[in-house]
Amino acid sequence: MGRVGGTHTSGGVPGIGLAKGLAVTLRTMTRRSVTGQYPDTSPELPPRSRGVIALLEENCTVCMLCARECPDWCIYIDSHKEAVPAPEGGRPRSRNVLDRFAIDFALCMYCSICIEVCPFDALFWSPEFEYAEYDILDLTHERDRLREWMWTVPPPPAHDSRAERPKELSAAEGAEGRPGRGPRG
Amino acid sequence: MGTERTVAVGIGAEELATADMTLNIGPQHPSTHGVLRLRLTLDGERISRAEPIIGYMHRGAEKLFEVRDYRQIIVLANRHDWLSAFSSELGVVVAVERMLGMEIPERAVWARTLLAELNRVLNHLMFLGSYPLEIGAITPVFYAFRERETLQRVMEEASGGRMHYMFNRVGGLKEDLPAGWLDRARAAVREVRSRMSDIEWIIRGNEIFRARTRGVGVLSPEAVLQYGVSGPVARAAGVDFDLRRDEPYLAYGELFGPGRPGRVVRRTEGDCYARFECLLDQVYVSLDLADACLDRLADLPPGPINVRLPKVLKAPEGHTYAWTENPLGINGYFLVSRGEKTPYRMKLRSASYNNIQVLSELLPGNLVADMIAILGSMFFVVGDIDK
Amino acid sequence: MTTSLLAAPPATPLAAGEAPTLEAFGLDPWWLILAKAVLIFVFLMLMVLFEIWFERRFMARMQNRLGPNRVGPLGLLQPIADGLKLPLKEDLVPRGVDRPVFILAPALATMPAFLAFAIIPFGPTVSVFGHQTPLQLADLPVAVLFVLAMSSLGVYGIVLGGWASASPYSLLGGLRSSAQVISYEIGMGLSFVAVFLFAGSLSTSEIVASQERIWYAVVLFPSFVIYAITMVGEVNRIPFDLPEGEGELVGGFHTEYSSLKFGMFMLAEYVNMTTVSALAVTLFLGGWRAPWPISLVDGANAGWWPVLWFMIKLLLTISFFIWLRATLPRVRYDQLMKLGWKVLIPGALAWIMVVATIRVLRNEGISTQQVFFAVAIVLGIYIVASYLWDAVRGNRRDAEEQEATAAERAGAGDSTGGDPMAGGYPVPPLDAPHYHGRNSTSKEVNRA
Repeated sequence: MGRVGGTHTSGGVPGIGLAKGLAVTLRTMTRRSVTGQYPDTSPELPPRSRGVIALLEENCTVCMLCARECPDWCIYIDSHKEAVPAPEGGRPRSRNVLDRFAIDFALCMYCSICIEVCPFDALFWSPEFEYAEYDILDLTHERDRLREWMWTVPPPPAHDSRAERPKELSAAEGAEGRPGRGPRG
Repeated sequence: MGTERTVAVGIGAEELATADMTLNIGPQHPSTHGVLRLRLTLDGERISRAEPIIGYMHRGAEKLFEVRDYRQIIVLANRHDWLSAFSSELGVVVAVERMLGMEIPERAVWARTLLAELNRVLNHLMFLGSYPLEIGAITPVFYAFRERETLQRVMEEASGGRMHYMFNRVGGLKEDLPAGWLDRARAAVREVRSRMSDIEWIIRGNEIFRARTRGVGVLSPEAVLQYGVSGPVARAAGVDFDLRRDEPYLAYGELFGPGRPGRVVRRTEGDCYARFECLLDQVYVSLDLADACLDRLADLPPGPINVRLPKVLKAPEGHTYAWTENPLGINGYFLVSRGEKTPYRMKLRSASYNNIQVLSELLPGNLVADMIAILGSMFFVVGDIDK
Repeated sequence: MTTSLLAAPPATPLAAGEAPTLEAFGLDPWWLILAKAVLIFVFLMLMVLFEIWFERRFMARMQNRLGPNRVGPLGLLQPIADGLKLPLKEDLVPRGVDRPVFILAPALATMPAFLAFAIIPFGPTVSVFGHQTPLQLADLPVAVLFVLAMSSLGVYGIVLGGWASASPYSLLGGLRSSAQVISYEIGMGLSFVAVFLFAGSLSTSEIVASQERIWYAVVLFPSFVIYAITMVGEVNRIPFDLPEGEGELVGGFHTEYSSLKFGMFMLAEYVNMTTVSALAVTLFLGGWRAPWPISLVDGANAGWWPVLWFMIKLLLTISFFIWLRATLPRVRYDQLMKLGWKVLIPGALAWIMVVATIRVLRNEGISTQQVFFAVAIVLGIYIVASYLWDAVRGNRRDAEEQEATAAERAGAGDSTGGDPMAGGYPVPPLDAPHYHGRNSTSKEVNRA
């Protein structure tokens, strides 16, 4: 039944509630304001903050998972196959070459599904948010621009001490003993 | 504006006694926060008829659910009620997990409970600020937003989002909490609790605020049941129903009960003031619950926070209904699956939709100025109404 | 030409060259009058600019914010930027409005606001280019009534603006405004009466002169409180800003206004705020006289210094307005009327009676101390009685609350007609009136 009473006063003297309100505002006036003056001081954003999606082209294998999983289809990928000269004794193989990778941030819902599904760690979140445009078409970031955001991607924060060890880490260590995830900008 | 408007001015102008004026409140009106429209028939400044007209913000969420897989549904689910994103995500994943018969790791259960309660505080703070604002007090909203900022910061640190968290996944949470986050969350909860007195002092005992809200827009328990009103609005009318206690999901079963931090805040007056007080007291309860969850999370043995899912997640054929005590009331998800990766149908029962239906019953007989007080105290999100 | 309305002549002998009397007016050369008029206009315009900045900064601080701080040093030029922006916006005249009235209304609201300031004394007699002249444009034997008249005229602007807009919101705003001003003018006028009784004059300069010894805010505290409340009502500011009521009426009378016309309504509001604040200073806070410890200093009330004291007092009064706005919600229309008619007006009448009695008794030779002593006893009894009353009532209320809580604990869910959780799922009670075509709430609708 809540906190009836206690904090809840307004008995006898009429106007005491008004006076208390006036006291609160007066007291607040003596305190420092909490305003962050944005262009002068930039906000401190946590590393997980979903600001913009960065693309590490080198890791992309054009598997199209991200484009298919995107709930509003805002990822555009074009590619072509390229024949790789056969290594001696082997069969000639073909390789996917990325022609276009673009994300339309006017459509993006910032759900991070693409980043989650990417099997080769080619997509990352960056907390960068200053990419407003006057023309909505400019919100479609092409691969160069997406690659540039890579430099702003912070390292992922350490997990809670009671967390399960990330499987990527164990797997990577098991494989070669080199740190797995960690494209750094 | 209205079709039958007769402008009759002058005290004693004989039309004034009989003329009915149709006044459209909304769809763009500052006090409908969003695009709710009310067609009021006024007799002077008194409302003789009120009809909520909805649908200006219909986004076809339910239909979209049918062509999205269960992870993509979460994206949509946290958007219909943008103030209780985490709780809405929860309803979806709880439904799917129930269909799959999936066991959720304990750490995930407690972390979800914690985040849901923080989300509840965020939601309530919003209304604790906006409601006085509608009544004309402009300052509480700034205090409320200072507290919201404090909590949003920890929410963002964990989930990456400030409003649309997208942190729930079928089987748990997206990823584990960052190191040291529990302490920062605890500090944020403490900070918010210590500063809640500002909001309380400036508005709760305020005579003008009381005069505006006491005895105004009294909702009877019968009307609550007939219209399916739920959440703090229903509890302020004396309906003692809270899913967290009555049909516990997540870890609420362990949090509610004698000697535990969970309490169901209730009032019996059913007026605007009672609704406001319910909300205010629920903030304290939720902060207590959040503290309890934090304690528990610190004590739990190490373990996973989610379940490894198959590449393609398909709910088995069948149907289920999951409901959660969202900040604004009961949100229900009726999930029908034919064993595909998308649901065959996902019916969404949203709290705001039911809560505003009762307006046509509540408003008539009140002044236009009271309409603001009543509308504000129904605590709705238009996205949640129109879906 | 000192009006001796009642038995008491001005209590203080007028020091020559310091406090002007009514005779001191009307002697200025034309250029000086013109200069004063222009100065007052400029002063008011500057005050409006300053007030807007001050209000925004002051309120921001109360809300944990900084307020405008980008345009100019400390954001001081912000109101100028805003003021320039406003007339440059598109001037919309909606279809269906009563054009002449629609255009006239903002001017009608603004002009009286400026006029009223003519009788506010800024200071004592000073020497300007060899002319001894009071720092006041004009004074009348009925100066205060002139202010009341002007503020009533200003309301025409709001009412007509609301009417001419042909919008339900504006109409309601205009109607509210007229009703509000009628009610609050009366209370305001009555709060002045006690001042007139004490000062023995309606001329502002003489009222200031008669406060040499003690401010009327102290002597006539109830009058001051009534005035403080009514002045907020008079200028349509929170908590009495019902004609605007952005929450419910979307701006009320100025919903349909834009550009310069809207700007003029805003200008009128701020000038009015300055005027009523200046009137409060003049009538109750000693006008341009230095506050107590400073007034002991020789020359604090002479020359140009009083302008400073006046400005300080004026700013403090304006801060009071802003402080209220930052804290309080808006009252409801009928509550406003109730406060005006059922509390302020009877209260003011009763207080006038008390004041008049004291004056009469004093004229009959009974010393003020004796009178105050008697009044203190009566007041003391009243306060004790009201506390007792409240305590008794409060106890009863507490008891009721406890009962209610007990009942709540005893039977949770009883009022809802059966256990909502019967059968494991919440079920609405099937015998609710709703299911029988009876609608319990329809009666309330009819009654209303």
